[in-house]
This record gives sequence, structure tokens and C-alpha cells, in this order.
Amino acid sequence: MSDTNMIPVDDVIPDKKNRISASDLLGPGIVFALFIALWYLLSKVILPKQKRFLLPTPNKVITQGFMVWHSGDRRGLQPILVSLWDSAKVALIGLAITIVIGMGLAVLMSTRRWLEQATWPYLVAVQSAPILALTPLIRALIDSTQTQRLLVVVLISIFPIVSNTLFGLLSAEKSQHELFTLQGASRWTRLTKLQFPAALPNIFVGLRISAGLAVIGAVVGDFYFRQGGVVGIGAQIDVYRSRLWGPELLTAILLASALGLVVFLFFGWLARRAIGKWHITNRGQ
Amino acid sequence: MAGLVSTIDGGQVSQSAATDSVALSFEDVSMVFPDGTRALDDINLTVSPGEFVTVVGPSGCGKSTLLRIASNLEQNTSGTCSIDRNSIGYVFQDATLMPWRTVRKNVELIAELHGIDKAKRAALADEAISLVGLNGFEEKYPRQLSGGMKMRASLARSLVLHPKVFLFDEPFGALDEITRERLNDELLNLFQLAGFAGLFITHSIAEAVYMSTKVLVMSARPGRIVASFDIPFAFPRTHDLRYQPEFAELCGQISHALRGAHA
Repeated sequence: MSDTNMIPVDDVIPDKKNRISASDLLGPGIVFALFIALWYLLSKVILPKQKRFLLPTPNKVITQGFMVWHSGDRRGLQPILVSLWDSAKVALIGLAITIVIGMGLAVLMSTRRWLEQATWPYLVAVQSAPILALTPLIRALIDSTQTQRLLVVVLISIFPIVSNTLFGLLSAEKSQHELFTLQGASRWTRLTKLQFPAALPNIFVGLRISAGLAVIGAVVGDFYFRQGGVVGIGAQIDVYRSRLWGPELLTAILLASALGLVVFLFFGWLARRAIGKWHITNRGQ
Repeated sequence: MAGLVSTIDGGQVSQSAATDSVALSFEDVSMVFPDGTRALDDINLTVSPGEFVTVVGPSGCGKSTLLRIASNLEQNTSGTCSIDRNSIGYVFQDATLMPWRTVRKNVELIAELHGIDKAKRAALADEAISLVGLNGFEEKYPRQLSGGMKMRASLARSLVLHPKVFLFDEPFGALDEITRERLNDELLNLFQLAGFAGLFITHSIAEAVYMSTKVLVMSARPGRIVASFDIPFAFPRTHDLRYQPEFAELCGQISHALRGAHA
């Protein structure tokens, strides 16, 4: 019966090639121009004259913030970058801890329904509690500033990774599970060869959100937990704020946001690398 | 076919010697769901190697439950189901492919779950892929395939370990008529080539008659076998058979039995 090979196969759905077109650049360009225009509008027109020092114009931020390397007490780009790197380390280490704990927790919750139900309220509480109101408690319990900062990062960023991973682990179809049941697959095999790969799209959604929150957690943690020597970008921002150094303040804020953006883009890139070949996103058109 | 066969007896599994001629048998099998619904009532049927038995019946009559009992996905509440549990190929209603695996990796999956080493696995997969005519598509992902090709990949996956009994749960139900008839022919080719015992579920009478050596008609819930038709047409069967008067005659009789079963 070699003729099975001769039967023509159905049409193959063609791959779409990803090309960057002019409209891909036009959109972000227009939005960026609007953003800068709004900034000028705020600092030149909307703010009353005596309050304009709060929001210096973009050109002032560039000349007095970005283009000054180092000037006296904590002023200039260099001390800002040192602080930014300090906070970035806390954010990344904190994120790594969050991923390990969060995914581990999600795997545990996926195995037993009662465990899932018992754990949810606490996760939601951690997600919605004002962590920073707990700073005295955190100080009383933990000595090391570094550990205090990491704890804040983990508490602030853990919820999305747990909820998305869990949702993903439980998303495999019934018939897929039955296929594994029919082959007598162990729980571990089912987890690694079915549930985990099925969960990857959701895990990457969780990672992107958690990564952004980890940066926020690091910056906000800096406000409350600092020691002598190098301080995080949050502490630096706090100093600029209290001294009303507008251009330095905005430079620090913009760079902290840029850190969040870089982390966000990194996980987007990683997701495309890891699952772009098989996972489709639909925009409806 | 001589050898040890696991027997599922009211949920209990025991070992007994198989008779040479039977690959799958149901003896007085009944199934009552925990909520009290009677799904199956006193089912008796046997499938021998080289037999292709199809069960037709109205939706929800418990046809699929038959397969789920045979494969031990569910336990019957009484009666005995005997089958060689180590040699079952199960083809699901949907293709049930893993979207993150290429066609080749999907076809290898069952062999992989059975711990067969990489080289052997690849050879088995290659063989199965060419049997279903998917050569050249080994590195494609399921999302790049049409419905018919997904079903071919699913068939190839179940072929890999050369099972002696095949359970088909309405595998072509979601396909268009043309693709469905083409896959009917391909499956018949595979059936003649491998000589397995097949138990096929469908609600298409024409598909049942075209594919089978025997067609059983099942009543609405509780599912009971109310009629049995031997299909005399010789193999290999070709497309023309579908337009022969004898074919239409048999379809008519089965349709009539089904209407009786519905009433």
C-alpha cells in the first residue's frame, strides 16, 4: 500500500514573515512626539510660573541632568548611574528569587485543589497590602538592608508569576491529559512534558508583569531601606526631591523607568525566542 | 495473539489467557455513572484481529464510553472487558497534538513516554510519518497544519508502537466531507497493511459501512446494542463503492435500525 504516500496532502497554512514596516516605526514616533509636546505644555503653559521648577523642560533635563557627568554632592549622571546599577542588582536578584518561589508555589498549588484554595487569600493579601506600611516590622525582623530590600521586591512582584503560572499549568486540555494517562505517565512526566510547556505562554505573561513590579519594588524599597555609601536610585530620587533639584530628579526618574522598560523588553524578546514558533497571538484581523 | 491479556472486571484488573481469535471483548458490560445515569446496558461484543467493528448511535448514547472502558480511562460497573492493555492505539476526537512540538516530536511522544531511546524513536516516527503521507512536514508545528493533516499526525502518533487494537473515537467528525473520505481511504489502507483489530465510533452511517467489517447500532441512553450488520464488501474498497446500490441498501437498513433505536 505504498500509494498512501501519493495521496496529495491538504494545503499547508503558510507562515507569515515578520518584517518591520514604516507603520511599525510611525506609531511609536507619533506617540513619542505627543509625549514630548505634552511635557513642554505642562512645564511651559499649564504649571503656574512659580511652580515650573517642579517640571523642567526636556531641554533643561538633557543639559543639566544627562549632560553633567559629576558635579559636587550627588549631582550629575555618574552618581545616578551608580545608584541605578545598585537598584538594578536588587531588582534582578529579587526577581530571580520571586521566579523560583513563585513558580514552585504554583506547581504545588496545581497538584492539590485544597492547597490552591488555602493559599489564594494570602497571595491576594500580599498583592493588595500596602507593603511599605510594614517597614517598621521588616526593620525589626531583618538586620541586613540588602535583605530588607530584596524582601520588598519579592513581596511586590510575586503575585503575577504565581497566578499566571498556575493558570497555565491548569490549562492543558482534558484529552491531552488522557493521552498521558493512557501511557501510564508519572506525575513528574505529566508536569514536565505536558503542563509546563502548556503553561509557557502564561508564564511569560507573568514574568513580564513581575519583572516590571520588581523594578518598582526595588526603587520603592530604596526610599525606606538605605544605608551609608552607595544608595539605590529610589534613595537618590528622594534626595533630589527634597532638595528640589528638578533636572536631576527627572533624569533619575527617566532612567529608572528605562530600567523597567529594558527588563520588560528583555522578557518579551525571551518569550518570542522560546515560544514564538508555536504560540500564536490573535489580534482579530 | 496467544498471550496474557489483562481483564478489567467491574474495575478489577486480572490476568487471563486470551483466546487466539479475540483482541477485544465486552461481556455483559454495564456502566452506571455516580449520579445514577445508566450509560451502557449489557454490552456484548468482540473484535478479532483483522476485524473493523464500528458502533453507530445517536449523540450521547454512550458510544465513547465503550472506548473509555476498553482503554481503562473509566471503569465499568459490571461485566467484563478483556483487551491486551499493552497494545492499544487510541485516536481521540480531536487531534490532541501538543502545539509546542513539531510533527515529528508529536509522533514520537508515545514512544518517548514509554522510554524508547532516541534513535529507535526517530526510526519508528519516520515509518509512521510516511505511512500517513506526512513526509516533508516533520518540522512543522501543529498551527501550520490543516485539520486533515493534524489528524494524520495524530494517527501517525498512535501507529508508532504498532498496537494490535485500535480504538477510534469519532476521529474524523470535525473534518469536511472531502478530507474525511480521503482519510477513510488512508485508514483502510493502514488497516489492511497492519491487520489490527479496530473499534470505531462514528455517527456517520456511510462512514461506518465504508470502513467496517461489522456495524453495530446502539440505542439512545442507556446505550444498548440493538442491531448488528455484517458488511460483506471485499477489500480493498474503493471510492466507487459508496455509489453502489448494495451500499445504499445497507445504509438504508442501518438508518432504519437507528430510527428504531431512537424511538
